[in-house]
Amino acid sequence: MYNWDFYAIFQSFDLFITGVWVTFLYTAGSIILGILVGLATCFARLSRFWWLRLIARSYQELFRCTPLLVQILWAYYALPMILGITISNTMAGLLTLSLYVGSFYSEIFRGGILAVDKGQREAAAAIGMSGVQSMRYIIMPQAVKNMLPSFINVSIMQLKNTSLLYVISIAELTYMTSVVTSETYRPLEAYSIAAILYFAMLFPLTQLADHFERRMRRSD
Amino acid sequence: MTNITPAISVRGLCKSFGALKVLKDIDLDLAPGEVLGLIGPSGSGKSTLIRCLNMLETPTDGTVLFQGRIVSPKFHAKAPAIGTGELRRKVGMIFQHFNLFPHLTVLENITSGPIRVLGEGRAEADAYALDLLAQVGLADKAQAYPAHLSGGQKQRVAIARALAMRPEVLLLDEVTSALDPELVGEVLEVIRRLAIGGMTMVLVTHEMSFAADVASRVIFMEQGKIAEEGSPDQILRNPTSERLRGFLSRFHG
Ligand SMILES: Nc1ncnc2c1ncn2[C@@H]1O[C@H](COP(=O)(O)OP(=O)(O)OP(=O)(O)O)[C@@H](O)[C@H]1O
Ligand SMILES: [Mg+2]
Repeated sequence: MYNWDFYAIFQSFDLFITGVWVTFLYTAGSIILGILVGLATCFARLSRFWWLRLIARSYQELFRCTPLLVQILWAYYALPMILGITISNTMAGLLTLSLYVGSFYSEIFRGGILAVDKGQREAAAAIGMSGVQSMRYIIMPQAVKNMLPSFINVSIMQLKNTSLLYVISIAELTYMTSVVTSETYRPLEAYSIAAILYFAMLFPLTQLADHFERRMRRSD
Repeated sequence: MTNITPAISVRGLCKSFGALKVLKDIDLDLAPGEVLGLIGPSGSGKSTLIRCLNMLETPTDGTVLFQGRIVSPKFHAKAPAIGTGELRRKVGMIFQHFNLFPHLTVLENITSGPIRVLGEGRAEADAYALDLLAQVGLADKAQAYPAHLSGGQKQRVAIARALAMRPEVLLLDEVTSALDPELVGEVLEVIRRLAIGGMTMVLVTHEMSFAADVASRVIFMEQGKIAEEGSPDQILRNPTSERLRGFLSRFHG
């Protein structure tokens, strides 16, 4: 029977707190940037210019069809060599995570917009709204409701994805847990605590996704 | 009618979807105050025609004029032009499936055009919207959401939404076809009052007796062309041609 001992772990609890905070920062930062990238990509894909659609499509496929871990390593080790500049691990990590999640967001946004009945756009046009007004006041508010559950689900994945930043020594929760392990020689306790902390961050979010999904089904 | 500028004129209008020719060389004048009934078999191009009048469909060829101003793509140096935005502010449309905005209340559905498009203040827009709601018999529904209305109520809200723009022409595309039979009357009653009030309208409909009642002129379309045209008496009550009689007989038997 293994003898659990959390004493040493609790001594270094501030390291976990740092890890949680950094994890949160990378999640929030990459979600915000990802939303901007995703919106731009979504509208590019809905555009009537073929070359915009092509650029957007290429970006989406590139990031959706390669593993995030490879992207992170590539951005940190290969990209600086190609460009002849130095890229900090913060920069490489944030950039890659944002572009990665943006490629998924863009498809969620596009699906949400296309799911709005085309009669809505016509009704908005028929009272003289411009394309932008119709998008802003009529289509988007309805599209947001359609896409909220998938949006939250991808965002949950995104928080878990930050653990890959471990490979470029960013002080997020997984990396900090490895630090605690090497200081305390208590990997079992340390990684158990890490799992609990991840769970505590994500469980409320899955509940939120469920809530929106139920509400959406009810309003149909 | 000869020296009054028509509310809407159509010259040589053609519309194709790919290889499918839906409208073939349509000519049409709509006088101010006229109520034009548009009838014809399914697929004859009635919806496409009125959707060309507010540019929801872009004509493939030909000219649409609003009060003598050119709308459609073919540019004629002789006539002044009107943009799609201004055209749609002045030509309202009411759809078969209402197309109310489900995320907005009844009141917001009606005021969204005046506020966003005409730049009216909220107080002014609200006041007029409540006035219109009273006119269509729904004064108590201002704060309701569309999902909580019956089909007939939804369509009356859609009419109020179009009227809130103070349009000069209304286009109505089978506005009672999606309604349960017992709800048709309340919507037709609103349209009848608009007709009496002098509103210029194009009315695509399968309600032949209603068309006979309110229309000042009726057009029978077939395969993308105007097949017959005349007063309701000529077209609906005393049809002479075989095909028109054949078409109308389906609505009596
Ligand atoms: N967006 C579109 N793309 C392709 N074909 C279309 C489109 N809109 C209409 N059509 C076709 O054009 C023809 C005329 O359609 P339209 O809706 O104008 O007929 P309608 O007279 O209004 O018929 P109904 O009485 O059934 O409403 C039909 O064959 C239809 O399938
Ligand atoms: Mg039709």
